Amino acid sequence: MIISQLGYYSLIFGLLTSILIFFNSSIQIKKNDTVISSKTTGLIGFQFFFVIISFISLIYSFIISDFSNETVFNNSHTTKPLFYKITGTWGNHEGSLLLWLLVLTGVLLGFIFKSKNEPNNYRQLTVLFHQIIVMGFFVFVLKTSNPFNEIFPVATEGLGLNPILQDPALGIHPPILYLGYVGTSIIFSAALASMISSYVNKSWAKEIKFWILFSWFFLTGGILLGSIWAYYELGWGGFWFWDPVENVSLMPWLSLTALLHCVVTLEKRELFKNWTVVLCIITFALSMAGTFLVRSGILNSVHTFANDPSRGIYILTFLLVLVLLSFVIFVIYENKNFARKSKIFVLSKETSILVNNWFILYFLSVVLIGTIYPIFLDVILDEQISVGPPFYNKLILPFLIPFVLFMSIGPNMKWIKTNFKIGVKSFFVIIFTLVLSFITIYFIGDKNIFVLLLFIGFFYLLIKSLDQLRNRTKNYAQIFSHIGFSLLLISILLNSFSSKEVIKNIQVGESFTLKNEKIIFKKIAVEKEKNYESIIGFFEILDGKNKIINLQPEIRIYNEPEMATSEASIKTSLFTDRFITINIIKDQNFFNVRYQHKPFMIWIWISTLIIMLGGIFAIFRKNKEINI
Amino acid sequence: MKKMFMKSKKLSITKIFVSVLLISLNLKSIAISSTYSEEQTINITKNLRCLICQGQTIHESNSDFAESMKKYIKKELENGKTNEEIFASLVEKYGNWIVYDPGISKNTLLLWTLPLLLFLIGGAIITKKILKKI
Amino acid sequence: MQFLEKIKKSIFSLIILSLLIISFFVFKFALQKEKIYTPKMSDNQIFTDFEVVELIKENQINFNKVLFGKNFYLINIWSSWCEPCKDESDKLLDLKKDTPIMMIGINYKDKKKNALNFLKSYGNPFDKIFIDKQGTISINFGAYGVPETFLIDSDNKVLKKYVGPLNEKDVYEIKKIVNN
Repeated sequence: MIISQLGYYSLIFGLLTSILIFFNSSIQIKKNDTVISSKTTGLIGFQFFFVIISFISLIYSFIISDFSNETVFNNSHTTKPLFYKITGTWGNHEGSLLLWLLVLTGVLLGFIFKSKNEPNNYRQLTVLFHQIIVMGFFVFVLKTSNPFNEIFPVATEGLGLNPILQDPALGIHPPILYLGYVGTSIIFSAALASMISSYVNKSWAKEIKFWILFSWFFLTGGILLGSIWAYYELGWGGFWFWDPVENVSLMPWLSLTALLHCVVTLEKRELFKNWTVVLCIITFALSMAGTFLVRSGILNSVHTFANDPSRGIYILTFLLVLVLLSFVIFVIYENKNFARKSKIFVLSKETSILVNNWFILYFLSVVLIGTIYPIFLDVILDEQISVGPPFYNKLILPFLIPFVLFMSIGPNMKWIKTNFKIGVKSFFVIIFTLVLSFITIYFIGDKNIFVLLLFIGFFYLLIKSLDQLRNRTKNYAQIFSHIGFSLLLISILLNSFSSKEVIKNIQVGESFTLKNEKIIFKKIAVEKEKNYESIIGFFEILDGKNKIINLQPEIRIYNEPEMATSEASIKTSLFTDRFITINIIKDQNFFNVRYQHKPFMIWIWISTLIIMLGGIFAIFRKNKEINI
Repeated sequence: MKKMFMKSKKLSITKIFVSVLLISLNLKSIAISSTYSEEQTINITKNLRCLICQGQTIHESNSDFAESMKKYIKKELENGKTNEEIFASLVEKYGNWIVYDPGISKNTLLLWTLPLLLFLIGGAIITKKILKKI
Repeated sequence: MQFLEKIKKSIFSLIILSLLIISFFVFKFALQKEKIYTPKMSDNQIFTDFEVVELIKENQINFNKVLFGKNFYLINIWSSWCEPCKDESDKLLDLKKDTPIMMIGINYKDKKKNALNFLKSYGNPFDKIFIDKQGTISINFGAYGVPETFLIDSDNKVLKKYVGPLNEKDVYEIKKIVNN
């Protein structure tokens, strides 16, 4: 079809543009031009434009169900609702790579516009390094993952999209996630460029901070969406499983958080120059490594794309080249950036940021090692092990306690030097924290000293962060993100300890109880939708105060592909979620029913949104200069 | 009229039921368990991997294997076996892969110690940086 | 002092570089490895101290007592509703005819009537058949699906394990071990 040709040749033109930009920029750098030529800017614009055309072509092919296109044939079906035809475009390997390219070329254009007042040498070098990444991806797509392969003869119907992917949250999860994930690419390119052009200083920090916030914000949002989807779609009421694919999105997030704090120090005090650049490189390397792990077929997970190893080898080699390149550049140019020789006092914000990075990098190493150690063990010793929640909990939870304590006092520290004063207020804060913690422990019923310590730490962080609101000069970015983070930790801890579940095999008309609630299985109904049929169970929950809540879990049978899914019915309130699923069992008259109480679930989502709100404040914040 | 409607509703439910059953049989995803809701069983099954549906825990999975495993664990608990004994016997039968806790063995020593080692190294670097005089 | 710094930096760089190269090759080899996990054969003896119920006579016996009197035993987990089991029935009959192995069938999550019908239609290769209504007997052996087959020696050690239906190659393998 003509539209596939359009999409394919747009990609070819995009690659050619890439080569042109690369050579153009090289020449300009050699000539030490003082201004980026409009030719370069125009070419960058064209490059983005070509990718947009290609992307829209693929979407169009999905919408009209053009089964001469192999990707559409493999991943779509005429009976799919329009929304899922569109989101199905990026729900597969080839389409999602187009999304990668879209964001990759888009952020470069954004960078060109936003960096108008930055040194030209630095801008040209950023463009240069970024084109290396862009070219690599164009070649990867064109050679191994072409979304516009034509198949002949044309089928009349496609193979359909996995029903569990047909979901609104999962529809927008990739674009949001990729803005964060792929956004780290411009941070990488800019870091290498600033190293070479000796631009690692306050000005650069201010500029790159925007892109770090941009990536961090969308990555947080992407992870949030993924967790929400997992919660209501996968049916077990869980939202985080330490699954390798989840870990792979968490690692760049941890790195970005550390980087964010680091770059603030660079901006205020021109410290940690080398370390900031290293973090920029690590962040992008983690995001590329994540792409590799998820698409190469190396991991055994429900989340992975079905893939072949030849694609894996390409990304792996590409990643190695990029990391080696940055390693060489770092080694060569490390000394060219004159590091400010300044003493760091123990009681200072600088120290608290060092401690912040220390702990975050530790958490990052736990997640990284937990994820790739089984792979190493399998290859080297041919032993297969699993690394799951017990590992991560044991290594992360104990360290969370000192981490949140440091996090509580860090914001109170001044830059350079603080005179530590313990006043009456501190005394009251500590008492209040202890009281709150003991009351919580009492209500949960788990009289475990370790859990008590966790609550003490988390509540202390919350109170100290709230206390920041009373400052004369308020840093809303930091206040909201810290409040959000402490709320997140508290909600997760409360949720994990007070969740209750009951599983029963019952017939229509029967009932069972959970705590002071009675759950009655009222009836069954059958309904037919566009591309599935469903069996709906009607349940009535009578709570202690005789209020009635209605829940309707479903079993859906899809026609293309032939699959049955279980759809949970969830009633959310501020205090708890009521979560129910049904499943068919061999005895026709009975259904397998799982009913759960998930306390404070909505607070987990709300607190993450508050963290993101902090990010928005940060983008608009006008920073005060410190003059030394 | 109502009788006919009830009959056709029953017919369509049965039709759907049979098709679901057939699909489920092929996908090995039928729950056959009898009533159970013990916390200790759940504590164990949440920490075991399903060999048929390899992305799920035994607790989550409704596959044949998972259902048999739940019954097996219940029996073992009734016979007085401890959690550790049950995990150990399952590891002997199915290999280390089946448990989510990698445990401490010569294979996993590095797994547990490497992050801690890095933490200590990080601490040393920071201490040096803070104590450095200009 | 500066020289020492340079040496330290070089060593550090070399370590990082080698880690990167090693990781690259580990991941490269990992790509060729099998992603789906299949349990390896245990070197240990199989667990046999549990009660089983016979299919036809429905008497209960300890499995220890079943594995007695022969040098080799074949434990085959099968079901009347299992499609691949139909394919391997002729291979099992072949083994019963040509080898001194004691053939033990474990009828998995089945109804007695259906099981007997299956044996009538496809032949009965077993010397003894026991039932596993809940699937828990199979777990004792470390099995996880149907059909699955274990070749045991007189010390209760697992010589061979086959997941899925037996094919010609497997039969040849078994005969070679047993007829030595």
